[in-house]
Amino acid sequence: MESNMAGTERAREAKKAREKGARKRSKEEREEEQEEEREEEREEEREEIFNFKKKSSEHDEDEDLSDSEDSIFSGLEDSGSDSEDDEEEERPDDEEHLKVETEQVEEKKKKKGGEEEKKEDEYEHDSSDEEDIRNTVGNIPMEWYKDFPHIGYDLDGKKIYKPIRNKDELDDFLDKMENADYWRTVHDKQTGSDIVLSDEQVELVNRLQKGQFGDVNFNEYQPQVEFFSKDLMLHPVTNRPADKRSFIPSLIEKEKVSKLVHAIKMGWIKPRRLEDDSRGRYYDLWASEDSSALAKHKMHLPAPKIPLPGHHESYNPPPEYLFTDEERALWEQQDPSDRKCPFIPRKFSSLRQVPAFPRFIHERFERCLDLYLCPRQRKMRVNVNPEDLIPKLPKPKDLQPFPTTQSLVYRGHSGLVRSISISPSGQWLASGSDDGSVRFWEVCSARCMKTVQVGGAVKSIAWNPNPSVCLLAVALDSVLLILSPSLADRQVVSSTERLLSGHQEAEPEEGAGPVTWSEVEGEELTQGIRLRLQHPKAIHQVVWHAKGDYLATVMPDHSSHLQVFIHQVSRRRSQNPFRKNKGLVQCVSFHPVRPYFFVATQRSVRIYNLIKQEMTKKLQANSKWISSMAVHPGGDHVICGSYDCRLSWFDLDLSTKPYKILRHHKKAVRGVAYHRLYPLFASASDDGSVIVCHGTVYNDLLQNPLIVPVKVLRGHVITHDLGVLDVTFHPTQPWIFSSGADATIRLFT
Amino acid sequence: MGGLQKKKFERGSATNYITRNKARKKLQLSLPDFRRLCILKGIYPHEPKHKKKVNKGSTAARTFYLLKDIRFLLHEPIVGKFRDYKVFVRKLKRAYGKTEWSAVERLKENKPTYKLDHIIKERFPSFIDALRDIDDALCMAFLFSTFARTGKCHVQTIQLCRRLTVEWMNYVIASRSLRKVFISIKGIYYQAEVMGQLITWLVPYQFSHDHPTDVDYRVMATFTEFYTTLLGFVNFRLYHSLNLVYPPKLDSKTESELKDEDDYAMNSESYLEKLSALSASLARVVSTAEEEEAQLDQFPVEGEDIETMEAREKEEKQQEAQKKLFEGLKFFLNREVPRESLAFLIRCFGGEVSWDKSVCIGSTYDVTDETITHHIVDRPNVDKQYINRYYIQPQWLYDCVNAKILLPVEDYFLGVTLPPHLSPFVEEKDGDYVPPEKLKIMALQRGEKPAQEDEEEEGEEEEEEEGEDEEEEEDDNEEEDEEEEADEKNLKIMEEQRSQGKSLKVKVTPGKVKVENAARLEQEEKAEEKRLAIMMMKKKEKYLYDKIMFGKKRKIREANKLAAKRKAHDDAEKSDKKKKAKTRK
Repeated sequence: MESNMAGTERAREAKKAREKGARKRSKEEREEEQEEEREEEREEEREEIFNFKKKSSEHDEDEDLSDSEDSIFSGLEDSGSDSEDDEEEERPDDEEHLKVETEQVEEKKKKKGGEEEKKEDEYEHDSSDEEDIRNTVGNIPMEWYKDFPHIGYDLDGKKIYKPIRNKDELDDFLDKMENADYWRTVHDKQTGSDIVLSDEQVELVNRLQKGQFGDVNFNEYQPQVEFFSKDLMLHPVTNRPADKRSFIPSLIEKEKVSKLVHAIKMGWIKPRRLEDDSRGRYYDLWASEDSSALAKHKMHLPAPKIPLPGHHESYNPPPEYLFTDEERALWEQQDPSDRKCPFIPRKFSSLRQVPAFPRFIHERFERCLDLYLCPRQRKMRVNVNPEDLIPKLPKPKDLQPFPTTQSLVYRGHSGLVRSISISPSGQWLASGSDDGSVRFWEVCSARCMKTVQVGGAVKSIAWNPNPSVCLLAVALDSVLLILSPSLADRQVVSSTERLLSGHQEAEPEEGAGPVTWSEVEGEELTQGIRLRLQHPKAIHQVVWHAKGDYLATVMPDHSSHLQVFIHQVSRRRSQNPFRKNKGLVQCVSFHPVRPYFFVATQRSVRIYNLIKQEMTKKLQANSKWISSMAVHPGGDHVICGSYDCRLSWFDLDLSTKPYKILRHHKKAVRGVAYHRLYPLFASASDDGSVIVCHGTVYNDLLQNPLIVPVKVLRGHVITHDLGVLDVTFHPTQPWIFSSGADATIRLFT
Repeated sequence: MGGLQKKKFERGSATNYITRNKARKKLQLSLPDFRRLCILKGIYPHEPKHKKKVNKGSTAARTFYLLKDIRFLLHEPIVGKFRDYKVFVRKLKRAYGKTEWSAVERLKENKPTYKLDHIIKERFPSFIDALRDIDDALCMAFLFSTFARTGKCHVQTIQLCRRLTVEWMNYVIASRSLRKVFISIKGIYYQAEVMGQLITWLVPYQFSHDHPTDVDYRVMATFTEFYTTLLGFVNFRLYHSLNLVYPPKLDSKTESELKDEDDYAMNSESYLEKLSALSASLARVVSTAEEEEAQLDQFPVEGEDIETMEAREKEEKQQEAQKKLFEGLKFFLNREVPRESLAFLIRCFGGEVSWDKSVCIGSTYDVTDETITHHIVDRPNVDKQYINRYYIQPQWLYDCVNAKILLPVEDYFLGVTLPPHLSPFVEEKDGDYVPPEKLKIMALQRGEKPAQEDEEEEGEEEEEEEGEDEEEEEDDNEEEDEEEEADEKNLKIMEEQRSQGKSLKVKVTPGKVKVENAARLEQEEKAEEKRLAIMMMKKKEKYLYDKIMFGKKRKIREANKLAAKRKAHDDAEKSDKKKKAKTRK
């Protein structure tokens, strides 16, 4: 059975090979094959020892080999007989049996006479020692029998033993060198024997290698008969009658067409669009301009244009626009958003050296982002001439007289001069200093007429405003001294004496009040100190009533109601007008003509009617801490200086709020003063300046009061952060005195 | 107290604005589509005056759009197209996924497209509006036309941009409307005056770009899409206003001359190339040989006095002269100079220009032409020089255009250090720093002869004086104070001596007559007046005034700094020269 199967297989293969006969193969392939065949032989001998050939490759070669053998065989057979069927059964038996082959060839001899010689040659080559072995293992890889002594089984089922060979490589080599037929010897794996190919077989191999037909007699170029030509033939090729479907319209097609028609009707299928580049088609878009569209864009804010480049962007800028090393370092340190110039100016000596700008696309992109992402807002740009902002004021020249220049400096004190006061006649100036002395100066000559050592830092000093007496109140620590400097003509001095001694007859005080009056004797008397008023606390300020009989003292204290005392000199009496503590009292003042009393606490000014004994008004100063206060000689206006650099100007008829707040000073305001005759007021500050202002109030109520600063007077040197401490006007002249922390008093005229 | 309670944020500015996300939801668009729509329709966020009110009490950072704008977008036909496109993409993906290639073909053929014509008409109701906004469009088109034809965007876009820019340049040449040019380190700025609008655009240098990665090209492409459409319509209108054929055609005369260069490029491309050579004039619809110079009648406008009219007339005359700046001159461009920019420039001002045949198509005459007057070269020296022409560096042309006169060529010869190239866009006001080179050019414009050294020095002196004046004012007060202080010191010394008991040396010295400078006194008085008035300013005004003055002072400071830098530089140069001279001796 096996052999039969193998036989049929072989036969089929042979058939295939014959069909493939025309198939072209490249020469190299053939040669390779040959080479491999030869190699195979050699290796077969080695097989017992080495087993390094790969299975698959061997298998392939095996097939190739058999194929070629088949083709050899078939080629011969083909040439010999026409009928395949008859021989198909024979062939397997004849396979590789050269004897049979030769027999067949002999048969052919009758047809081809010229081949006779060759056949005889073949006989010669045919070795007699070749046995007729028929292997029945079939088409299997022969290496499966590699480890066995046999190589297969013959028809009777007996083992076919491998020929005993002990050919080694040396033998092989010798064989190669000596054997002339070595090149045509082929190893048959099936039988394990060597076969020497005949001349004819070699010829066949050569032909196949060249891609020629195996059969020498086969004519490749037979004339072709064309059945289907352009010529109309008389008779049909087939005689079959036409189908029914060829003349009945198709229902399926109809359905399909109607579907398409419906789709076209419904607009589902659109005709193929014409390829038109509509992007490049332009026409006159603005042929008909309608202004109605303009109204739509009311809120439209056009994007700002890119700022135009300056000199520094030039490729060859003037040298001053290039960065210095410091500027470049600064530029590199800065955050990109802080940089004033987004690039470094560069200079190129010629146009050909200018490179591409690396951030070009970036900048364009950023512009794009700005255009569609950046929120826009209409910003009102202030386009104003700064000169127009300055208010138009009357010229100071037209508001003269006012003090303009420093004319005299009074030197002599060694401590800071806290307080100054001018005599009602305007001839004498008294000053109290921290060095414990009170000095009297002649105004015109700056001579120090008199110095009184009072033994303590003088806080406040006030000259009696009554021109018929010559008295001075000096406040130091908790003592108030009344001085009689006797710097006047005899009449005045005597009247002063009268005032001081007039009380002698009065009955002594019943019970000791908080203030004790005492006469001064001895050494101090000679200096001119006449009375001593001992207060319970440190006195801060002293002020006279316009008539010159009353005077008020201030002792700031948070906790008690004993902050203000009013003293009457002629009767040597003191009283405390307030029963309640309404806050820390800063300063007090008498109304110049009416019985009103001004008390300035930290943030407000209270006005009391002394006769009715009630509060009439409370002025809000709008400042943090009032430092000083002055009342206009007419009594209608009050100014308050405060430690937060402000000066508030009140009109008592108008409102309790300041009419005007002046922030002229840079530092705390220490003192303020009104002129008695001229419409002037002044403020002194720690910044070392005295500012003189003109303040007119018109009788016509419709016209606003005119308040104009007319002069800034400087002269005092700032020492220990203190500048000008007190300021006062001359009673008759437009002169102003100021005392400062630099221990000087200055007169500006 | 009865009545309905008023709810917050239901009226007023809160209802006028809408946040971006809400707007997007209202339009039912994805964020990229919304962005595209905003770009095309020119919708931008608004900054509300009271952000907190609009933001319903929250202070979180949000972008707001005007509700009206968004409503206006609601019935925009393009929104529908966007949706169509979305569907198209979906279908296409599906077809690809199912490998239905015929379906893919069919879908691709029916790809939805949209037109922007109506948007342009809507955004720019009149032609002048469009011209006003064309700056950005030109910049973008010039940038895109320099892109390489691979990657970043469609080739068609690049070609279209190139076509449009070439058309624009040809128009500018034909209308002779170029006014200013400036070579900056970024590129070359051009400014043209078209129908009374000043249009500035920036052209990058002709190098390949290294495309940054942090730039969203989709945004740029959307902008370009819009801008190309705009530019096309503007070009069409402009060409028709000059009776030129659109799309541009070369003059038949010149065309025949150029015919012989058929082997240069593909036929389809060569026409654009020829146009972009900028060397030939364009064909006109009505072939009038020469336009008559229409003498404009001058009508005095009301409220305009004769002086301003005269000034205007003078300016017009100057402009006319500038238009014919290079007329009669014949230029030849060497191969290393930027051909397009220079050819554009020369043709804009009526000159004739040519270049080597191998550089570009469209050259009209050869190097050997004897009538060439100027040869533009940008290399240190040239081998073969012709006697009857100037060999100059390209900057000369740019400077001439900006100065509106033909500048002396000596400063621009080969190998010479070029004078600085100044920006023509800077208009110096009083107190601004003016570089000395500008003063020189101004003098030349006035017709003065360049007396070099003197001019320079004068200029410097003027500046210095200006600076000093300002400083003086400030110093005045200080001086006074100083005087007083000095007096006081003297007094103090005297007093000290007195207090120490020393008898003062009584000495009578002849009094010095103080020279009273009346003018100065007056000035001082005025300054003081001003100071006092400033003291009386209201707080708000004072703040504003201080701000303005601060800005002014800063400006002055900067100007002074520049002047000082220049002076230092000049001094350094002078000393260098001297040193060199000495070493030579």
